Amino acid sequence: MASGEINRVIVVGAGQGGGEAAQRLRQGGFAGDITLIGEEPSAPYQRPPLSKTYLKGELSMDRLLLRPKAVYAEENIAFLSPLKAVWIDRANKKVRVEGGRELPYDALVVATGARPRRLPLVGADLNGVHLFRTAADVDEIRPRFTPGAKLVVVGAGYIGLEVAAVARQCGLKVTVIETAVRPLARVTSPEVAGFFLDEHTRQGVRFVLGGQPALIRGEQHVTSVCLADGMEIDADLVIAGIGVTPETNLAQQCGLNVEDGIVTDRQCRTSDPAIFAIGDCARRQMVHYGERFARLESVHNAVEGAKIVAATILGQRHAEEAPWFWSDQYDLKLQIAGLFQGYDHVVFRGVMADRAFAAFYYKGDRLIAVDAVNRPAEYLGAKMLIQTNRTVAPSVLEDMSRPMKEIVAAAN
Amino acid sequence: MPKITYIEHSGKEHVVEAPNGQTVMEAAVKHAVPGIDADCGGACACATCHVYVDPEWLAKTGERSSMEDSMLDFANDVEDNSRLSCQIKVSDALDGLVVRLPKSQH
Repeated sequence: MASGEINRVIVVGAGQGGGEAAQRLRQGGFAGDITLIGEEPSAPYQRPPLSKTYLKGELSMDRLLLRPKAVYAEENIAFLSPLKAVWIDRANKKVRVEGGRELPYDALVVATGARPRRLPLVGADLNGVHLFRTAADVDEIRPRFTPGAKLVVVGAGYIGLEVAAVARQCGLKVTVIETAVRPLARVTSPEVAGFFLDEHTRQGVRFVLGGQPALIRGEQHVTSVCLADGMEIDADLVIAGIGVTPETNLAQQCGLNVEDGIVTDRQCRTSDPAIFAIGDCARRQMVHYGERFARLESVHNAVEGAKIVAATILGQRHAEEAPWFWSDQYDLKLQIAGLFQGYDHVVFRGVMADRAFAAFYYKGDRLIAVDAVNRPAEYLGAKMLIQTNRTVAPSVLEDMSRPMKEIVAAAN
Repeated sequence: MPKITYIEHSGKEHVVEAPNGQTVMEAAVKHAVPGIDADCGGACACATCHVYVDPEWLAKTGERSSMEDSMLDFANDVEDNSRLSCQIKVSDALDGLVVRLPKSQH
């Protein structure tokens, strides 16, 4: 589709992906109408700090916002919120919003994100049981983050572990329940997971691994979490971090191809050429990983989608970055590049005891991902290699006497 | 409120009023100054908020941290006055600060 034919762009979803798509389209020179529709009342904001500095109370809401709401008007972006899109009429290229109004589009960007999974337990609706997705969730949680309060975190993914770290720093008593036998089971190797398990344990977090939550007890407010094996853990506060479900209802209703995420090509185009999908709700073909499609839940993926869509609508091409992600826990900065799934070999540079090391993941002789803890050079170096489709021998990476920059420069 | 001047690679200037406590990166992004991507929002995780600090302001903006130094090591066209703007906090002492933007953040 040539850019000349597109005069009206609607972006449904005003998270970071949707907000960036609207903004980048305008900054890139798109002169037509841009409408951004969001369900949350505030302007697009960053979610990563929610489980870090925002939870700690170090960052105010206005600093969480990507841009003040007024900037959207200044850039002639019609920002409609809180407003829910309820139907996509593909034949007539219109989006129907709550209240019945229909908005016409030439190109539609679906950036509806994901919704957190609720605990499928009796008692999950008690006071003091929280999901963790929005600023509003954290605003409810933060006043309860008082020293000595008993917190049970269900789920030991990045959100669960970041919340546990902040809670310990705030003096709470923290128990993490995880159904898998190790934390971070879905997102990293057993070795790196073990490092984080040790760190949290040293920081005073109690883990129940392989634990199956069965019931949440309490009258009006939660008092404990019971496990299937009969264990009961006292709780003043329960936070569920058990993953998200992509928000694909709109896409499914209008017949777009959806397979755990709205399926798109490398240009973020769905099975309807006038409709794009980006961010947590989309499953895109990954340019650095051959035929592989992935649905990634990360800021990088949201922003990358926004850049790709803006470039495509403007008739340009965006040079895609390798996927990246980070997690802050205590004084540890974990930086991840690439996609580790399918690795057959892991190589370490540095030692875990120094709290500064990198795990490089290989598939055959190809470097496919890195987890770097307090090792920014290893992270950036590996990211650059993956992005440019280069690799290095494991023995080269293990040689700490060679600086990362030199290794990258010599790689082919 | 301190004023900060951002000069795009093309020479185009943007003067922004930045509240104390915000970072030089945040002030740029919130005013839609093009050329600072800052994809990670200031977590020192992406190295896409690279700026050149005007030499006369170098002393006042302080030293790079080791994390920042490592991140910049892999950025393009790094100079002695290169900084990640997410690591520079706005204060009254920086009123009038001038930073220049690189050709590209990637």
